[in-house]
Amino acid sequence: MNKQRFKAKLIKYFLQSCGSLSIIIVLLIFLFLFKEAIPFIRDPGIGELLHSVWNPVSFQKEEFGLYPLITGSILVTLLATLIAIPFGIIGAVYISEVASPNEREFLKPFIEILAGIPSVVLGFFGLVVVAPLIKNLFGLNTGLTAITGSVLLAFMAIPTIMSISEDAIKSVPSAYKEASLALGASTLETIWKVVVPAALSGIIASVMLGMGRVVGETMAVMMVTGNAPVISLNPFTSVRTMTATIAAEMGEVTFGSHHYMALFWVGIVLMIMTFILNLISYRVLKKYGMNEK
Amino acid sequence: MKNKRTSEKFTYLVMRVVTYIVVFFIAYILIDIFIHGLPAISWEFLTSEPQKSGAEGGILPAILGTFYLVIGTIAVALPLGMFSAIYLTEYAKQTKFTQSIRMAIVTLAGIPSIVFGLFGLGLFVITFDFGSSILAGSLTLACMVLPTIIVASEEALKSVPQYMREGSLALGATKWVTIYKNVLPYALPGMLTGSILGVGRAAGETAPILLTAAAFFLPELPTSVFDQVMALPYHLYILATQHPEAQKILPMQYGTALVLLFLVVGLNLVAIILRIRVRKKYKW
Amino acid sequence: MVDHQPGENLKITVEKMNFFYGLVQALFDINMNIPEKKVTAFIGPSGCGKSTFIRSLNRMNDIIDGTRLEGKVLIDEKDIYSPLADVVELRKKVGMIFQKSNPFPKSIFDNIAYGPRIHGVKDKSKLMEIVENCLVKAALWDEVKDRLDTSAMGLSGGQQQRLCIARALAIEPEVVLMDEPASALDPKSTLKIEDLINELKREYTIIIVTHNMQQAARVSDYTAFFYEGHLIEFGATEQIFTNPNQKQTEDYITGRFG
Repeated sequence: MNKQRFKAKLIKYFLQSCGSLSIIIVLLIFLFLFKEAIPFIRDPGIGELLHSVWNPVSFQKEEFGLYPLITGSILVTLLATLIAIPFGIIGAVYISEVASPNEREFLKPFIEILAGIPSVVLGFFGLVVVAPLIKNLFGLNTGLTAITGSVLLAFMAIPTIMSISEDAIKSVPSAYKEASLALGASTLETIWKVVVPAALSGIIASVMLGMGRVVGETMAVMMVTGNAPVISLNPFTSVRTMTATIAAEMGEVTFGSHHYMALFWVGIVLMIMTFILNLISYRVLKKYGMNEK
Repeated sequence: MKNKRTSEKFTYLVMRVVTYIVVFFIAYILIDIFIHGLPAISWEFLTSEPQKSGAEGGILPAILGTFYLVIGTIAVALPLGMFSAIYLTEYAKQTKFTQSIRMAIVTLAGIPSIVFGLFGLGLFVITFDFGSSILAGSLTLACMVLPTIIVASEEALKSVPQYMREGSLALGATKWVTIYKNVLPYALPGMLTGSILGVGRAAGETAPILLTAAAFFLPELPTSVFDQVMALPYHLYILATQHPEAQKILPMQYGTALVLLFLVVGLNLVAIILRIRVRKKYKW
Repeated sequence: MVDHQPGENLKITVEKMNFFYGLVQALFDINMNIPEKKVTAFIGPSGCGKSTFIRSLNRMNDIIDGTRLEGKVLIDEKDIYSPLADVVELRKKVGMIFQKSNPFPKSIFDNIAYGPRIHGVKDKSKLMEIVENCLVKAALWDEVKDRLDTSAMGLSGGQQQRLCIARALAIEPEVVLMDEPASALDPKSTLKIEDLINELKREYTIIIVTHNMQQAARVSDYTAFFYEGHLIEFGATEQIFTNPNQKQTEDYITGRFG
């Protein structure tokens, strides 16, 4: 009988350790990022990061200012979100409230496919089709600009925004709709004046999650935004995002050099930004009783 | 009245157009890659090695490499993810500890893929000294897809109704025997189906393997887990951005993109179809 | 409070039992002696604690977080809540039928063989013997003997419940707990179950929770009346229903409340 009890306890502890694996991995990630980045604080000092010039490979003066990278990421992200919001929200409303059941059965999985396309494939498509298009459309020197990246990223964010907004819209109690219709409002009025406002917090959460996804995107941006670390609000210039910086430069740094450590700092800033975005949206979703997929 | 109706009809039209613009874009991408990629696909393309640093020949090593990475990822992430899910659904009580596990899962799900690459570099490649290898790459990818597998497995476990557990316990079965014989068999199809999506992601990701496993030109096929590999996403990236003859080898790029797309989208479709079939099987 | 007739063994003895769901107390100071190989019915209005009480007899309340029991529950004079008690053995000895029949989505044969297989019976012919015996005892054999390999989900509600009874009998219990076994069934199936109970009590001690007083009167030898977590009265069924000692019992029986 003791043997049975012992075996049961063993199983429980084994499963418990598997469960705690997630916590361990998260802690390890934080740990390792900081481990490699911390020596930078003493030499050359954290102040080096608070600069407007990112020029880590130079014979004269190495500069590790993060501002161009951060603004690059923010510019691309904001633009992408702006583009994605109307498509995502209107699409979500259309699918959940207007489309016929047959349409819905086609639309939902089809748009899920978009979510599944690897970012390197989208980047490739951007390089070969979208960049020349934008170059010709706007008469630019090159198609590798922030706006090109934003267009691609928008289409990566759209499935996220759509599916979570859809959940939010579906979870609006039908009593609201019925009350509005009973008062004589049309279906369309009901949708946009009653249902969507009621689902607003979920929709906002979906947008933040979409933003979180966009900020963290690497390959597509790396391939089409031109990789010029400048501070610019002009979407038609080339920029450099944090993600692209890490991916592009990590392969060539000397282990333990200032450049190496600076890249880890970029990773830390990136982590913090996505963490905050995801945390807020998770809290909002949880508060209104919906769990993200 | 009539004005309102016309303006409403217009609004409906706008909504429909907006939604189908997205559909159009997706279709355009798929068709574009299909049309330009198909001519490049041949038996040779799929089964031979690259020549002239990728300008000619085939992509067999990249296909194999992706295959090995995926197998490695599943081998690690699937059991660990399933056991974590079993712990969370069947054993865990509502404690701070359980809450922190859930927070950790959500956090992991939101970490950018390049950060996983940095992590994999720091831990597996350097500290554990695995070097850039299938092992390091698979472990990194496994960390990345773990949340997906846990969430899918939990959903599958929760869909098994409570009476299955109660009925078994009332017959004198222990907790683990109940799970093993009367819950897991019914949850397993759902668990595997949901995990296929995670696998699809692992196959298509470039950033995590950039620093931990992938190389562009390897003279030999890998023979051990400590070897580097070529991989489809990385191959496509290099062909498209860093190859000296990038313009000329467009067909090779498209061909690679098509194969990768086919693989990932194919996996996703399989997952969706299986999900529908599994739901029909057990109408609790 | 009349317990039992002289000459009857006491199968279950409950002493000073208090039961808590977290901070909420559900059962207050229950004392009861349940005789062997008789049918004892628990009656009372919804929420009176009879289901909680019956589930504490095979420790099924253990699976709910935060439950706590004070006092003693003795089966064959051994306290089933002692720290050394073996819950698995307990549940082999004390079987349970649930309110809503819950056959597993397996074949009829595999449903009944599930219990014996868990407890180590591997021999196919032995299993076949057990399955046949139990289906006969549950008065289901004739109806399903030609389709033991078909899914149990294809049976009617009444048949499913009898299947669950057969499944419970397969582990060779000594006590069978039934928590409102017929409440989801039509009158014809209900009568079949009641006939079954009459047959089974020759071999097993049966405890049945029911909200149907006529059923309790028809089927049981002893009756316990619960109200708001207290045991109001326990006695021979005939006495409880014709000449109850407590006014509350009388009020409930005559339908003044509940």
